[in-house]
Amino acid sequence: MAEEVLVFGAWGSPFSRRVEMALKLKGIEYKYIEEDLTNKSPSLLKYNPVHKKIPVLVHNGKPVAESLVILEYIDETWKDHPILPKDPYERANARFWAKFIDEKCLSAIFKACWGEHYEHEKAEKEHEKAVKEVSELLQFLENELKEKRYFGGETVGLLDIAANIIGYWLGVFEEASGAELLTREKFPKLCNWANEFVCVTAIKENLPARDKLIAYLRNRFGAGNASK
Amino acid sequence: MAEESVKLLGYWGSPFALRVKWALKLEGIQYHYVEEDLPNKSPMLLQYNPVYKKIPVLVHDDKPLAESLVILEYIDEVWKQNPLLPIDPYERAKARFWAKFADDKCVPPVMAAFSKKGEEQERAAREARENLKTLESGLEGKRFFGGETIGFVDIAAGWIGCWARMTGEIIGINLIDAETMPLLDAWFQDFLEVPFIKEFMPPQDKLLEHCKESHKKF
Repeated sequence: MAEEVLVFGAWGSPFSRRVEMALKLKGIEYKYIEEDLTNKSPSLLKYNPVHKKIPVLVHNGKPVAESLVILEYIDETWKDHPILPKDPYERANARFWAKFIDEKCLSAIFKACWGEHYEHEKAEKEHEKAVKEVSELLQFLENELKEKRYFGGETVGLLDIAANIIGYWLGVFEEASGAELLTREKFPKLCNWANEFVCVTAIKENLPARDKLIAYLRNRFGAGNASK
Repeated sequence: MAEESVKLLGYWGSPFALRVKWALKLEGIQYHYVEEDLPNKSPMLLQYNPVYKKIPVLVHDDKPLAESLVILEYIDEVWKQNPLLPIDPYERAKARFWAKFADDKCVPPVMAAFSKKGEEQERAAREARENLKTLESGLEGKRFFGGETIGFVDIAAGWIGCWARMTGEIIGINLIDAETMPLLDAWFQDFLEVPFIKEFMPPQDKLLEHCKESHKKF
């Protein structure tokens, strides 16, 4: 049966890259459509009328939106190379941490890198507070990793893919803004994991070019809180 | 299933704990319920949910789970008597999408309409109504999100009708409009009439009092 898989995404978005990573891991062919987010295509608006955002996966004409929802759909539709474990508790655990990353980590990381601009006296203190919050959140993930090679165990799973923000984008945010958040000293396991993660073929092939991303971030958000 | 092996830490007035109670009832699971005193959280709660320190927490064979939608999926996978999610992956994706939409886009503006004042409140109320109208489109003309019977999204979002009405009554702004969202309104009514749903709803007068008390603090 001829299958049509489309992915609407944006080159720098960790969310649309998640979808591509999962499809690549499972060896699924797809057509990628790059969206200009300042000028969204009629197709995107048609396929995601609720949020009007990328990523959207369209499988044989049926659209699925929200990256974590898409990851679960991919895993349920194409059963090779499963990205969720079989055990219900382990599955729940993966979902919990993926949600944690999206709901808590990203905004905290952003704030620590490019938080609101305060008057000089407050800036230092607010920045310290933001960095401390990121540190606490990363510690949870460090503890969750334990001695595993990947969050998914011996192979990359849904949580590893969801943690792409930590595995690659965080380092880029740090370089672009001058913030120091994921240090080897405090998070040796997470750092090791990040190094392994970006070497996995399906992941490596789906990382936006570092320089391009740094330039984009600096242009969009400024030099960052931590830069002196 | 021994009662001791399933424990739920909750709070009587919490709609998130209510979701889990409904799901456990639907699956016929016996469990030990622990009512948390929220201003004074127990060491057990803090140990079981160190990340968010919130209820609900489901503990199954000593393994804790937090986040009500994650808990619902777990219940669905472990106890299969009455499936919450459909079988088809695309339908499952739609259910997850709408449950997330309810949590991310309907609940916050309803809560903001409750706690804010003036222009911020009006804006929140407008946003709540718009997003509830969008939620209605997810029904796709069905009686329940689950079709003829209650499913994942119904259990995830059904309580919003009651809370939105209560909020509307307290703040004097109507959040659910039977005229502009007739299907959603009908769904909320139908949902609240389902016997096991009704059985676990907190007593309405007690809830209204509790909400009014909370509102005074704002």
